[in-house]
Amino acid sequence: MATSEELKQRIETAIPGSSAQVTGDDGHHFEAVVVAPQFEGMSRIAQHRLVYDVFEGELGGRIHALSLQTKAPARTSS
Amino acid sequence: MSDETNPLRDAIREAIDENPVILFMKGTPDQPMCGYSARTAAALQTLGAPFAAVDILPDPRIRQELSALSNWPTIPQLFVRGELIGGADIVAEMYETGELAQVLGVEQPSAPEPPAAEGGQAPPLSIENRLG
Repeated sequence: MATSEELKQRIETAIPGSSAQVTGDDGHHFEAVVVAPQFEGMSRIAQHRLVYDVFEGELGGRIHALSLQTKAPARTSS
Repeated sequence: MSDETNPLRDAIREAIDENPVILFMKGTPDQPMCGYSARTAAALQTLGAPFAAVDILPDPRIRQELSALSNWPTIPQLFVRGELIGGADIVAEMYETGELAQVLGVEQPSAPEPPAAEGGQAPPLSIENRLG
């Protein structure tokens, strides 16, 4: 079963310089807020794809759902 | 499979090309089978934007082919004028900022209302039926 801690570590390892806040404790549904310098200037689609790519093949399967919010560090939250 | 033709993928691509706004979801707008699909359909319904909807549940290959085509792993997926806008999170974010209304060319309601269970959009498309 996946854990939010595992997801957090995998995101932060795969996207250098990122910080991820992952919640969800049922092992299948997670919510993540990911802040990464790489997101700067990227479209939302591209930002989400970058995170989805970390879990390629697992989303919809082992990880049923990963709700995402992505931000570049400089951008104030809106 | 050595056969290069892929009628299902072609049918999906055609549906995306032919419908200015098309949502691939689990279930139908009136009977969504997943919270993420429900919220995404509700955002479109609240904006009063006409959209085509495809239920991906009847045939697991639809989802497979769709994700291969769009390079997007999850459902729902919203396409506007042939382009992937995003999944549930992006659509929700864009709804809140008013960008979704802008992309759809409709007016943002002054106060976000809870989604009303109205008809008004086109009946759900059924891709598998098109293949006979």
